[in-house]
Amino acid sequence: MAVVRLRAPLSELAGGKREHELTGATVLDVLRRLEQENPAIAGWILDERATIRQHINVFVNGERGREETILAADDRIHILPSISGG
Amino acid sequence: MTELLVGTKKGLFALRGEPGSPFEIAARAFAGEPVEFACRDPRSGRYLACVTSAFYGPKIFVTDDPAGEWEQAQGVELPEGGDTALVRLWTIVPGEEDDLLYAGGDPGVLFESRDGGLTWELNMPFWEQPTRPEWNPGAGGMCLHSIATWPGDSSRLAVGISAVGVWLSDDEGETWRHGNRGLVARYVPEESREETLALCVHNLHRAPAQPERLFMQFHGGVYRSDDAGESWIDIGAGLPSDFGFPMVVDPADPNSAYVIPLVADLDRVTPEGRVRVYETRDAGASWTARGEGLPAREAYLTILRQAFGGSGSGPSMELYFGGTSGDVFGSGDAGATWSAAATRLPPVHSVRVA
Repeated sequence: MAVVRLRAPLSELAGGKREHELTGATVLDVLRRLEQENPAIAGWILDERATIRQHINVFVNGERGREETILAADDRIHILPSISGG
Repeated sequence: MTELLVGTKKGLFALRGEPGSPFEIAARAFAGEPVEFACRDPRSGRYLACVTSAFYGPKIFVTDDPAGEWEQAQGVELPEGGDTALVRLWTIVPGEEDDLLYAGGDPGVLFESRDGGLTWELNMPFWEQPTRPEWNPGAGGMCLHSIATWPGDSSRLAVGISAVGVWLSDDEGETWRHGNRGLVARYVPEESREETLALCVHNLHRAPAQPERLFMQFHGGVYRSDDAGESWIDIGAGLPSDFGFPMVVDPADPNSAYVIPLVADLDRVTPEGRVRVYETRDAGASWTARGEGLPAREAYLTILRQAFGGSGSGPSMELYFGGTSGDVFGSGDAGATWSAAATRLPPVHSVRVA
């Protein structure tokens, strides 16, 4: 299982948990699973196109990941807002 | 006591005070997030806010207490699996049936709620307009920013989109048609003006006391329609500029409209360094500057399209507007005199009286 780490406000939308153990072959699979188990987070990371929002960064074991990134057991996935704003 | 809802680049501010005096900040919500629009449904008392997080996307939130917890509304999204995502939400307007609300957003989309704003559905006939692939956005995106209901008749709607013109429905949004005759897009070549769909409506308001009458601030032009939006008459003569964004009407006076002109599309600030609201009480035949108490020199403000609101009617109508400077000005006498309601807020996106 991959471990997904969230920060606020995403962790608050996911039952107040910062870590989630989830199964899935790709980053997209795991994010879909996260939404299924925590409906309140739907639309916050993935948009309607099943695309990771432009200013959200996904890291897999410290490397930038995309929707199609293949996962192995025990991979660690961090979901972070990007360094942007004004 | 008047309550203002001021959407800003850095959160929502609920201000409370009396016209003619400085207002106090009663609540701040969505700290750090852009709040494009907020209003209070006068029927339910519920507050609604359009929040477009740069990170987490556009959402509508609702609450009964702006200082308390806000609940995310559901269904504010485009069809899954398509090639388009919702970009931003620009307005929320009460409908003509109990608990009916409309919301408009980018890319040129209309949502409907029948439970007071808790859940929403995309208006599919509008989403599936055959010409949609030819639609083009204005500088602020393809925003459906104006929704004009018809008092007492929920079947009739007019919406304005930048830059896809006016759309009219007589059947509660089941079918739609253009309402653009008479609009002149000076920003496209003359030979293309008759056929262009790129009609950049900046604001659209219906006169509630005479619903077949509408007023419009266009991208270069101020217009009036006397046939429910089928055709338009240029009424911009007499203004220092016919470019601008916000607009308010006196709900009791169908001959009234207020605009805040900016210099031009290439210089979107108040003309001559003076902040002035212009009022017509003869349906656009003439315009009168209303600037007493407003900055009269070295003031180059930009007032965005939703940053002007009012309440009441007649000589005691209250008017409020805010600039990207973070200043909010108010009048308790229909624009005759003005004073600062708030200063040093973040850039103001929207102002509505709660």
